[in-house]
Amino acid sequence: MHGRVKVKTTAQQEEEKRKEREKKLKVYVAARDACFSKRKDGVFDDEALQLTQQLLSANPDFATLWNYRREILTHLETVKDEDEAQKIYEAELSFLESCLKVNPKSYGSWHHRGWVSARLPRPDWARELRLCDRCLSLDDRNFHCWDYRRMVVKMSSVPVKQELEFTDRLIGSNFSNYSSWHYRSTLLPLLHPGSPEPPPSRCDGDPPHSCSPPSPQTHFHRVCEEQLLKEYELVQNAFFTDPNDQSAWFYYRWLLGRAEREEMISCAYVSREQERVAVAFSRPVNAQSGSLLLVLDGQPQRVEWRSVHPHFKHSPVWICDLPPGTISDIANEHNLTVHWTEKHTHRDCALYTGRSESWCRDTATDLELFRSELSVEKTSVLQSELQSVNQLQELEPLNKWCLLTIILLMRALDPLGYEKETLAHFQTLKEVDSMRSAYYSDLCSKFMIENTILKMEYAEVRVFSISDRNLTTLCHLDQLLLVTHINLSSNQLRRLPPQFAMLQCLEVVEADNNSIENLEGVYHLPKLEEVSLKNNKISTLADLQPLASCPKLRRLDLRGNPVTQTANVESELAELLPSVADLLL
Amino acid sequence: MATEDLPSDFDIVILGTGLTESVVAAACSRVGQRVLHLDRRSYYAGNWASFTFNGLLTWIQEQNEEPKPEEVRDWSGLTEEGEELIHLSQADSASITNLQVFSYVSEEEEEEEAANTTEEEKAADEEAVKESSETESADSKEDDEEEEGAGEEEEQVRKSQRINQAEGEEPEVDQPRPSPSSQSEPSRKKISYAQLVKEGRRYNIDLVSKLLFSRGSLVDLLIKSNVSRYAEFKNVTRILTYRHGNIEQVPCSRADVFASRQLSVVEKRKLMRFLTSCVEETEEQTAYHGRPYLEFLQDQQLGDNLQHFLLHSIAMAAEDTPTEEGLASTRHFLRSLGRYGNTPFLFPVYGLGEIPQCFCRMSAVFGGIYCLRHSVHCLIVDRDANRCKAVIDSRGQRISCSHIVMETSYLDRSKVATPSRFLSRAVLITDSSVLPSESDQQISMVTVPPEGGSPAVKMVELSPSSMTCIPGTYLVHLTCRSVGSAHQDLSPLVTRMFRTTESQEEDRRPSVLWSLYFNMADGTASQVEGQPLPSNVHICHGPDSALGHEDAVQQAASIFQSILPEEEFCPPAPNPEDIVYDGDNTSTGTRGTRSCRALDLKNVQLEPEQNQNQGNPE
Repeated sequence: MHGRVKVKTTAQQEEEKRKEREKKLKVYVAARDACFSKRKDGVFDDEALQLTQQLLSANPDFATLWNYRREILTHLETVKDEDEAQKIYEAELSFLESCLKVNPKSYGSWHHRGWVSARLPRPDWARELRLCDRCLSLDDRNFHCWDYRRMVVKMSSVPVKQELEFTDRLIGSNFSNYSSWHYRSTLLPLLHPGSPEPPPSRCDGDPPHSCSPPSPQTHFHRVCEEQLLKEYELVQNAFFTDPNDQSAWFYYRWLLGRAEREEMISCAYVSREQERVAVAFSRPVNAQSGSLLLVLDGQPQRVEWRSVHPHFKHSPVWICDLPPGTISDIANEHNLTVHWTEKHTHRDCALYTGRSESWCRDTATDLELFRSELSVEKTSVLQSELQSVNQLQELEPLNKWCLLTIILLMRALDPLGYEKETLAHFQTLKEVDSMRSAYYSDLCSKFMIENTILKMEYAEVRVFSISDRNLTTLCHLDQLLLVTHINLSSNQLRRLPPQFAMLQCLEVVEADNNSIENLEGVYHLPKLEEVSLKNNKISTLADLQPLASCPKLRRLDLRGNPVTQTANVESELAELLPSVADLLL
Repeated sequence: MATEDLPSDFDIVILGTGLTESVVAAACSRVGQRVLHLDRRSYYAGNWASFTFNGLLTWIQEQNEEPKPEEVRDWSGLTEEGEELIHLSQADSASITNLQVFSYVSEEEEEEEAANTTEEEKAADEEAVKESSETESADSKEDDEEEEGAGEEEEQVRKSQRINQAEGEEPEVDQPRPSPSSQSEPSRKKISYAQLVKEGRRYNIDLVSKLLFSRGSLVDLLIKSNVSRYAEFKNVTRILTYRHGNIEQVPCSRADVFASRQLSVVEKRKLMRFLTSCVEETEEQTAYHGRPYLEFLQDQQLGDNLQHFLLHSIAMAAEDTPTEEGLASTRHFLRSLGRYGNTPFLFPVYGLGEIPQCFCRMSAVFGGIYCLRHSVHCLIVDRDANRCKAVIDSRGQRISCSHIVMETSYLDRSKVATPSRFLSRAVLITDSSVLPSESDQQISMVTVPPEGGSPAVKMVELSPSSMTCIPGTYLVHLTCRSVGSAHQDLSPLVTRMFRTTESQEEDRRPSVLWSLYFNMADGTASQVEGQPLPSNVHICHGPDSALGHEDAVQQAASIFQSILPEEEFCPPAPNPEDIVYDGDNTSTGTRGTRSCRALDLKNVQLEPEQNQNQGNPE
């Protein structure tokens, strides 16, 4: 017969718990102090090992104690033979396992485990891999464990295929797992390397895997087409199942690729009047490191390269002034070569008699300039991808990931042809994801600028006009090195950024009806003559300071700016910008 | 307890240990009521019970016994002035009918495993000879049972076997014969009848086949009351459906949909979108109220595949089920999804019979008194108040009480209407899974849609990991609403899905080793007739036909409410260490409880906050 039941009151329970805690704390503090004093005395004995073990099993995040423990273990290693050391380290591993149960995300425990595994005379990597499997099946986003796994895989040369199958399993059980997708993206290129160029046709019997070994330089992260198609299918399953899951979309972006532009000098420009050379690179570089060599008519020149604006240590555009008088005679013809020694590349440029300026650039890159976001070689693949994502968009017209991917695919396929659709999709994106509307505006600006550059290239003119396009930002200004007239009117620009100084040939700027309040980038533009800034937000004279660095500025339109209300604005401006003859306020 | 007299005063006397009665017992004891819980049977859980193989054989015999004539004794010596007696039934009512047993395994003693082909062929030939002689095989079956079954009545064995043998349309023996084509593949391990009997203790065969919805009322109750500490659960690992003669996996979770090879990406999206959208009530849905769910599904442009999955496997509805009901069951399914695993269902390790026992244990911890093989002869009713004052138990003791809770079968037959609805049940022991996979730990729920007049069948296939059958075998439960007898309703499906005859051609279907068919009254169809019972007599009906346990829990809650309207229903039980016993200040505490804290990650332990993402490396 059971007794009648009474239950302890909450107060009783609390009291008991409090006492328990106090007791625990006392023991803990005593052990900690003992450890510290032992370490101070340089004692590396078994007792210290015991004490630290007690403390660490209660609190595995005590880094100092792990350090002490490592000191003890390294000491023991010197006095014991290999078998004993093996035993000690194995005991350490099982102790660590118990620590990981207390806190599976403890930095200290995982780091120590890595340290022990590396020192173990006869490591059992298979067991370590199983441990990782186990931990990751319990929490597939434990990045400590992912790191440890990568170490184990590296140390024990686990076949890439096996690891890929592991990601298959994890993704199968839960595909909202960016860690697995990412791991996949590092494994696939190793297992199925893509060919850098279309495989050359061979007369002899092709080996079954015609994927040639990866070229280590640029294409090492690409995957062969056959595998890519399988991956597209996998990832499509994921984003059709849950289009709001971003990990699948990110992986998809990776699959679609990102071309790396060849590192080269994309343009060399020389101006007779300024006796100046400007060089544009395919990516930002630091030319001050002495890797740039200028040869004029066969003579290396000692010049000082500088970026277009003091803000930039790295810049895609660099300029230098030639020694006075070297090219100023219009009757002379000059041959100029810029060597980029670091990359073993160069660009020639001839300045003919009677010409005041000259440039040399690669026209072949024009088309490819902005398709770099997605670099799948075959448009047929992109075409069919666009089709399936469009299919998803029909089902999920308001899904932002889907819309964004469509935009990217369209850009990769035909940026000008899809311009209208792209703009419409951007509009929807801003509405459905209003939190990121500024991001979409900037991205859209970027694409509009790219399209305008393409159109300009086709027209072979030096006028860049992009008015009334809702631009919020300026980019790709390095591509506008040769532009003489720029029209940015009726957009939503707030500044002419330092990059604007790359427009070294600029003569006329029209930027009316924006919200410009900062002119930082109108800086040392040697040919700039006219600036129209009607209806902007320039409010102080200091904001106009950069203009003072442009020697040829003679016309400035500031109508509709707050600055015009400043007292003595006319006289102040006359002092600040003496070259301006035509000032409209 | 057997010899001493029971206390003569209780608050509540409960007859029958089925799920509803056991929950009421636990709930009442928990709030301090003195509970006497009796069952006239020798086992717990009544029609909710799980049996070992041998136990089931005994149960089969009992069902075939002629009910003994009710002994009428004169209890007037125990009654007082103004009291009147209501006699109770001393035997089970006709809740189980149409019992039929078929055995397809070798009746011989275990053969040598290493027997070579010729020997096996010879054995098979002998088998074929034996086949013709039914009596012989029946006899050997009896022999086995006589060896094993202690205390069984031989007469009954013989009788039940006769009844079974009378059903002659099915072949009795299925001995896989080694054929040239099958020699290369690993031959299935043969299980003999003797082995089934010998290892019979490792079977836990449920009489009712149900599952727990992960967010159903039973799981909530188990968690809330802390009764969950007495049980462990397995996830049902997959939902299957039988369609066009094939078994297909039903993609119901996000991971399933992602991995499914049957669905196109567009179907995947449509399915996922439907599943997410139907969680909340929309105007569009309300517009379909009263119209069939199927119509609603069709108008969602889901396609045949998805309609099938949604209607039959997820909503488990019929074609004419109204939309609001279909949506409600779809939501119930979806709410339960992902709480403990990739399907919405849990199954208790060691069988469903564990659950009522867990509640009984809880009742016992809080002072409930338990007697099996002990019943009540009659109720003593105060004529004026029309309330039951006391009972007279099967030993003739008068026990006073203020409430009586009893299962329908305790009522005298004259007081219960013949059940209007029955369930058809089949229990199969098979040799392999209906859909073999990499893992042999699968617990599968299979939905079979209605076809050509035959009702929709719910099938649960249990693997040995559920601790309900021995390795190398599977336990398959089939349930449907009765149209005819269980055998008529279910055997056509069984012969389509399983191998019951010996066939020469390649046949990958699982073989049935042993099967049992019976009908069980649908509890929700039972009705009390005649004179109304005293108001403090509460009747629990038996298991219903639904897959979940909502009916039993709801019934128990409402009975508890009417007995103790002021009290909370199953408040959390304190930890054993916090229980103080009178005159026992050392608080050892765990008396009467069984601690099941063994950390086996494969088993699900129901805890109030189950956080799947909290990694706990082992």
